Amino acid sequence: MAFSLSAEQERELGRILSRYPNKMAATIPVLHLCQAANENWVSDEVIQFVADKLEVGTAHVQGVVTFYTLFNQSKPGKHQVWVCRTLSCALRGAEGILHHCEKRLKIHAGETTADGKVTLRTAECLASCGSAPMMQVDKTYHENLTTERVDEILDRLIAD
Amino acid sequence: MLQKTTFLSHSYAKPDGHTLAAYESAGGYKNARKALGMSRDAVVDEVKKAKIRGRGGAGFDCGTKWTFMPKESKKPCYLVVNADEGEPGTFKDRTIMEWNPHSVVEGCIIGCFGIGAHAAYIYVRDELHLSKERLWAAIEEARAKGYLGQKPFGLDYPVEVYVQTGAGAYICGEETALLNSLEGRRGEPRYKPPFPAQVGAFGCPTTVNNLETIAIVPTVIGMGGEAFCKLSTLAEFNDGGSRLFGVSGHVKTPGVFECSVGLTLRELIYDLGGGILGDKRLLAVIPGGSSCPVMLPEELVNVPGDPRFEPYNGKSVLDLPLGVETFRAVGGMLGTCCAIVLSEDADPVLALHNLMRFYRHESCGQCTPCREGCGWIERILDKIVEGRATLDELDQLHRIASDITGNTICAFGDGAAQPVLSFVKKFRKQFEDYVLTGGKSQTKKLVA
Repeated sequence: MAFSLSAEQERELGRILSRYPNKMAATIPVLHLCQAANENWVSDEVIQFVADKLEVGTAHVQGVVTFYTLFNQSKPGKHQVWVCRTLSCALRGAEGILHHCEKRLKIHAGETTADGKVTLRTAECLASCGSAPMMQVDKTYHENLTTERVDEILDRLIAD
Repeated sequence: MLQKTTFLSHSYAKPDGHTLAAYESAGGYKNARKALGMSRDAVVDEVKKAKIRGRGGAGFDCGTKWTFMPKESKKPCYLVVNADEGEPGTFKDRTIMEWNPHSVVEGCIIGCFGIGAHAAYIYVRDELHLSKERLWAAIEEARAKGYLGQKPFGLDYPVEVYVQTGAGAYICGEETALLNSLEGRRGEPRYKPPFPAQVGAFGCPTTVNNLETIAIVPTVIGMGGEAFCKLSTLAEFNDGGSRLFGVSGHVKTPGVFECSVGLTLRELIYDLGGGILGDKRLLAVIPGGSSCPVMLPEELVNVPGDPRFEPYNGKSVLDLPLGVETFRAVGGMLGTCCAIVLSEDADPVLALHNLMRFYRHESCGQCTPCREGCGWIERILDKIVEGRATLDELDQLHRIASDITGNTICAFGDGAAQPVLSFVKKFRKQFEDYVLTGGKSQTKKLVA
């Protein structure tokens, strides 16, 4: 089915376009908008839609989608969890937090739980080094983590 | 010298510190109003006198950068604010966006005026959702009050400020990669020249400044460039004012602290950071983000022939004030001024392995030496950590890193090579131990 935006989302698209001297510049914010409206992933239909709206080639949009890690090329779980594993977090126990998540969710990093609720990923430095270890759940940072805190957070996601 | 300041951090951790009301009650937006009443040259002059070294890592003088912008331009000019904070160990810009976003908006007004621009784009990495939300809210508040738009403060100098989001690519912190990303392209760095001041965003003259650099500009206009510069004990090194310092890793109280320039690593680690976790021995410190060479406490300052270094020669690098030029002179790099601290519990071989996984992941793939080199380095380090490498492969690490240095379009390549070259040189014994015995006498862990 062809992808489309709601009336409100179309208005947001118009607001985004008004910020730039040309349409191509809106590629990344418009992809974010469409990804959020498409269960958090960028399908071929989304690429076609964005290319048409911005009057650019689908190859351009595809090139952008594949360059940036935050555009999902397949449908992720309902919730996305990123555990930061770069040095400052690693020095404060990020590896233990990641293993704990893997055990608790019964998946490896990069996978989605069988019920489609949670996708677990590793992330490179999320600019939260002073409150390490940390993880990002959807749009929220959880910092100074302990395994008990992680359990509380994951329990809520699993129950949702 | 440890001298705390509160120009940016006065609003930190206050529940309403990020609002316009709080910002104005602390004197906010007076300085933008003042600047718009001055001449453009006078504004740039104050910023030059302040000797603000760029806070993003390269340390270029902000006022000098502004003078590169054309005096007259047929094309529009742009201010682009780099808030793609992602250098491992660096978490200072985020605190400004979350707790003092109006300082950024006010800085954008003054910055636009100083460089002859009427629009500013603040490029924020996508993961920082609260930062983006607070910046947009600040922009809306300022616009509602008439501080942005066609006639800021009723004066005839239109300014618009926008937030632009990234999508998860460390390389977009490189200024020309950021410009490509802003234009809606893949974030691959551009050849220079032309420099952004000639051909920047959308083919127009552009200045790219780090977010902290822009946020401190209102303070400079308020107190005057010279007075601001004198806050620093490194004014004779052309490094003025105050800035944010971060410390993370094996310290008791990690965090971001605002101080006059001239702070030493020892003060950052022991006085502000509370000392090493478990009162262990300090093994090493990476002074300003992972792309800086790692430094050991037993390294001594030795810069003969320069009288400015006389007070420091023979002392530990921990006692050398943190400045762009002071650290360059001892073979180091100041970077973002956010230090990563390793105690004796940390295994330096594993630390480098961790960092090189980062660089392999984040190399944009445009230049062969960097794309292939970062992969080779990570694979050799995999073998070293697993005890399968040879001494020849250990030497290869050095060769590959040296071959990346200077052979790429942007500074990412050098940034990836620096940790390899410095870790392998300064921890040669530990690396050899991994090769010869599988790391028998190493801690084999990173946590303290």
